[in-house]
Amino acid sequence: MSGFLRLVRRDLRLALRQGGDAAMVLAFFLLTVALFPFGVGPEPEVLRRIAAGTVWVTALLAALLSLERLFLADYEDGSLEALVLMPLPLEIQVLAKALAHWLTTGLPLTVVAPLLALLLHLDRSGYGALVIGMALGTPTLSLIGAVGAALTLGARRGGVLLSLLVLPLYIPVLIFGVGAVEAQIIGVSARPHLLLLVALLLAAIPLAPVAAAAALRQAVE
Amino acid sequence: MMVAIEHYLAMGGYAVFVWPAFAVAVLIMAALAIDSVAGYRRRLRELALLEGDLP
Amino acid sequence: MFRFANPARFMRFSAAILPWCAGATALLLAAGLVLALFVSPPDYQQGEAVRIMYVHVPAAYLASLAYAVVAVASAVSLIWRHPLADIAAQEAAPLGAGFTLICLISGSLWGEPMWGTWWVWDARLTSVLVLFFLYLGYIALVHAFDDPTRGARAGAILALVGVVNLPIIKFSVDWWSTLHQPESIFRLGGPTIAAAMLWPLAVMALGFTLFFVTLLLVRMRSRLLAAKIRALRLVG
Repeated sequence: MSGFLRLVRRDLRLALRQGGDAAMVLAFFLLTVALFPFGVGPEPEVLRRIAAGTVWVTALLAALLSLERLFLADYEDGSLEALVLMPLPLEIQVLAKALAHWLTTGLPLTVVAPLLALLLHLDRSGYGALVIGMALGTPTLSLIGAVGAALTLGARRGGVLLSLLVLPLYIPVLIFGVGAVEAQIIGVSARPHLLLLVALLLAAIPLAPVAAAAALRQAVE
Repeated sequence: MMVAIEHYLAMGGYAVFVWPAFAVAVLIMAALAIDSVAGYRRRLRELALLEGDLP
Repeated sequence: MFRFANPARFMRFSAAILPWCAGATALLLAAGLVLALFVSPPDYQQGEAVRIMYVHVPAAYLASLAYAVVAVASAVSLIWRHPLADIAAQEAAPLGAGFTLICLISGSLWGEPMWGTWWVWDARLTSVLVLFFLYLGYIALVHAFDDPTRGARAGAILALVGVVNLPIIKFSVDWWSTLHQPESIFRLGGPTIAAAMLWPLAVMALGFTLFFVTLLLVRMRSRLLAAKIRALRLVG
């Protein structure tokens, strides 16, 4: 466990030293959401209708931003080969890296999501489902993203390829995340949607590290 | 006779949906077949040339 | 263990069955078209539009089958490191993508007259669209590396990750209420569609399957020839 925590702390320190990954992701999130009122017009009724979807889609894209660098630095300076040989299983290390990624992207996104929802006039009853949904859904995004990042290490046009691989797999999270908010707004329980988000997360926690670790092993072979 | 053919081609009013569906299937499958066979033929020719060069 | 897994043996075996496969494909597809367009009756609800089913359903079935072939071959390649398995997976993928595209377009052309819309964002249609993107991602990933073995490995892992989508496609019509009609052929208690439609459909589905097998054999042979050409160039 201590090895796990040490890895998380190392990745967090790296992310913070590189000039605030989290700040960049948040800035992107804010800016992109702010584009929508210009794109569809400032009428509150229109914005209210698209608020949940806009916040979720933008969060998806923001989470994608910092994914490419998840393993890239370790891959380029050769420390990935050392990580593969460490006594701590590579799967657990992937989990640690995904956790660090979530702490610097998913968590801040979840925290500012209500603020953006406010700017888009989201119906007041939808806030709870939005925040809980994002708290449950964004870790899954980091985990699925870790698989994509590991697969595209050293690939040509890795960044574009990464989005092509990862975005289709993000669709279920998006569907149930937005579904939870919509359900709450029309007055039915958001519970089934949130439980499905939990199910996705529980499936991703064991499966994604296994796939990502396999991809990392073949990358350094 | 002509009336019968015209009646058939109209597909009970669904002609604009039925015929394109079949056309798309035929086009895509033909493209796959042509791509596969052309690549195969090209390599057969290339191989024949190479093996002909050998003593 | 793999009787035909040796490349030389595969070339001999495939050369022997290829003409039969090609002939049977041509016969079945021709018969299937005649049955679908002339012999089968119009539906009492859908009228002549039901004929779209004879391309839509076989294409949908092949889209999933081809993905299963990609996934199984990928697993074999990752576990036993067999070069033929890599080739099978990589050559099945473009064929599968083609069938998925036929399925999506013909489904759209069927949806407009029957449901009044070209597209709905329900679970079945969305999961098939995801399947299409998985094929594209797989093909792009395989070709994204300078070292072809790395591309093959990365692609194989992606193909296995994407397997989660197959049960979603299969059961989406049962789990979510949707416009898409539920399974009417492969179900417990036997098919619910009339025999006059089931026969043409079966012939078409078999024709599509053999078409896939034939082209897969041709493409795999082509890849092995390319390897031989490369080897000869290195020597010469």
